[in-house]
Amino acid sequence: MSIDMEQFHGVFFDESQEHLDEMEHQLMDLDLQDLDPEQLNSIFRAAHSIKGGSGIFGFDALTRVTHVMENLLDRARQHTLVLSTEIVDLFLHTVDNLKSILAKYRDDEPVENSEVAPMVKALEDVLAAHSQDLSGHSTQTEKGQNLSKGTASDADCEDDSFGFFEPIQTATLDAEKIQNGQDDTEVDLGFGFFEPIDNTNQVIESDDKASDDEQGFGFFAPLEQVSATDDGPKAPAASKPTKKSTKSKAEKRSTKAKSAKVKSSNTDTSSIRVDTLKIDSLVNLVGELVITQSMLTMIGSEVEGELQEKVQTALAELHRNTREIQESVMSMRMLPMQVTFNRFPRVVRDLSSKLGKKVDLRIEGGNTEIDKGMIEKLVDPLTHLVRNSIDHGIETTAKRIELGKPETGVVTLKAEQKGSSIVISIIDDGAGLSRQRILDKAIENGLAVDLTMPDEQVWQLIFEAGFSTAAEVTDVSGRGVGMDVVRRNIESIGGRIEIESSFGIGSEFRIHLPLTLAIVDGMCVGVGNQVFVVPLVNIIESIQPSEEQIKMISNDKLLWIREQYWPLIDLYKVMNIDDGISDPTKGIVVLLESSKKRFGLLIDGLLGQQQVVIKSLEQHYKRVPGIAGATIMGDGNVAMILDVESLASKVKARLPEAEL
Amino acid sequence: MSGFNANHELDIHSLNESTEFLSFVLGDEHYALDIMSVKEIRGYESVTKIANAPPFIKGVINLRGDIVPIVDLRLKFNVGEATYNEFTIVIMLNVADRIVGIVVDGVSDVIRLTDEEIRPAPEFGVAFDSRYLLGLAPVEEEMIILVNIEQLITSDELGLFDTHNAGNDVSE
Repeated sequence: MSIDMEQFHGVFFDESQEHLDEMEHQLMDLDLQDLDPEQLNSIFRAAHSIKGGSGIFGFDALTRVTHVMENLLDRARQHTLVLSTEIVDLFLHTVDNLKSILAKYRDDEPVENSEVAPMVKALEDVLAAHSQDLSGHSTQTEKGQNLSKGTASDADCEDDSFGFFEPIQTATLDAEKIQNGQDDTEVDLGFGFFEPIDNTNQVIESDDKASDDEQGFGFFAPLEQVSATDDGPKAPAASKPTKKSTKSKAEKRSTKAKSAKVKSSNTDTSSIRVDTLKIDSLVNLVGELVITQSMLTMIGSEVEGELQEKVQTALAELHRNTREIQESVMSMRMLPMQVTFNRFPRVVRDLSSKLGKKVDLRIEGGNTEIDKGMIEKLVDPLTHLVRNSIDHGIETTAKRIELGKPETGVVTLKAEQKGSSIVISIIDDGAGLSRQRILDKAIENGLAVDLTMPDEQVWQLIFEAGFSTAAEVTDVSGRGVGMDVVRRNIESIGGRIEIESSFGIGSEFRIHLPLTLAIVDGMCVGVGNQVFVVPLVNIIESIQPSEEQIKMISNDKLLWIREQYWPLIDLYKVMNIDDGISDPTKGIVVLLESSKKRFGLLIDGLLGQQQVVIKSLEQHYKRVPGIAGATIMGDGNVAMILDVESLASKVKARLPEAEL
Repeated sequence: MSGFNANHELDIHSLNESTEFLSFVLGDEHYALDIMSVKEIRGYESVTKIANAPPFIKGVINLRGDIVPIVDLRLKFNVGEATYNEFTIVIMLNVADRIVGIVVDGVSDVIRLTDEEIRPAPEFGVAFDSRYLLGLAPVEEEMIILVNIEQLITSDELGLFDTHNAGNDVSE
């Protein structure tokens, strides 16, 4: 075949990554006491899909591992292997390894046999161990049977078919192997595009009964059984009804079995995979459209005479349509927080078992939607905070009992939309932050602290670089690299982080994020002949100060408002503009709030509130201090969007003594 | 300097049998750059200033939705007169995946040059440092200076790119 397979690689990698995530997710969800066959099925399907795809593309390492994994899973599915926590752990471990192998293939790095062989060996050992004492598990098989009995109304058929299950099992595997080697190409090439109907496909493809059995997962076999070999007393009379009932049962079962799949197939069929670059360019184009529309509105207002009304109506229509297009395009970039949250059960499980603590993870508001660009940047900070909560927050089981707290600690991950921002909270019911320890550490690190500082400011100290109050450094946390990175990451996506904590009761870390990275609600302000946009989230209020409200401390202006001193920054100075108003009583002071401090910003005047599309300055130029980005105004000119966080650090540099 | 010479050899060889250049005027000198890096040529329009940028970075403009910096090479290299009127020309370049506009005194012609016609550049005598030059070419009694525009635009001297890690603290 001269078809360039490379073009499919990208799809394969994406798909496999998703399959692995799904596998991990399902494995975590698995209830060993009461196995849900459908869950096993989805894990099996995921492994199988990866195996099929990697076989075609020649990613042998993946094929080898998934093949053994698949065999094991298949045993589990047939109830001939009892899944234990150890096996699930092994699977999880394998999934991790598969991920790294996948990454290597993606990056075109060689995959060493030494990475694959131990994994295959470990899995094969389990397989071997369990195939030997198959008979020993008859009780388990019985149990499994009962389980299926429970779900099936007609137990007879089920029992009948059960006898047929095992003997053909090997045949199934073989048949499948052959299939994989030969004509699976057809099935699996489509993989990714036709996944929902994959199963059906396979069933149709294979005229091998064994595969029917395997793919139809027991439902088709009883049917054959009844019609072909049922020569019992029931048969002649009940042949038809039985068939029917089997069928309907099979249907029922398969609907049930497929319910999860239906869910996934629904999302699959009703969605298409689109390169994010395409969406980004669409977002850009819509941004352009919004600008063009506001230009037209400006021109339209100059039209006079009989055309005026017509033009106004058309423009109003255009305005509404562009807004709607903008909103729906923006929503394309939105993903549910669940995407990020899904990884945490694993993190919590691994970490709590490592630390020997009992931790329960609760997830709330996973459906809250958030910009895709932010999701990616949130993963690391969230992981860090969750790890911190478990490592430092939650006490050891013994300590918790001693304190009269429930034995199992609870970490809650919560996402919710509040107005035009998203709030993600990481809440634990652990020890809480220790004010004294933080202050001690801060003094030790030579940070400027005041023992009477309010709690919120004390908590913010932990975001300083090199700050850790963990009594001992573990490999989990405690090195103090991290919290500063957490804050920086969050600020880089326009968010801020707040801490609330009570000693002995628990802590809550709240991350406030803008709804989207692409648009900001802003106040347009003028300085000299330039226009700047101040994000509305940061604005508390705007005032025109009077003479007596301005105080001077060593050449720095302070503003006395409602019993508080506010440091004052002159925007014309920061932005190097010659013709800005320098007298605060003649201009306007905008009171701003950042995650670090509050301050006043002197400008010439307010021009109006507007939603602006954020454009990157860095794409063609570079980062500019104090500027978060640029935007294009209605007249086509460029205006800079102020970065309140970095302006706030100017306050610090200039007025160390004026901490609020 | 030997390092630069080696580069410069390579650059000449990488040119095709004949390459098209866009020639432009800066002060009294005639320059040319590889036409493949030119995105478009347009008139000068008002820019939005960037705070604390060097004077030769005039600011940014909106180029169909992209925020693009404009560099005045006349100011940078102290040639010609930096006046801005309806005849001022901006060459929009597509270099290193970025768009940058350069202000020049005028655009003259598209010229086709073969490798043989391009002579090595002298180490001095032009406004540009020789490391930004590909060579010289005599065209109709004029000496045209061939600029390695990618080298120039990406240079630290122009400072259009973030150096490795500029940090994000304004207090620095």
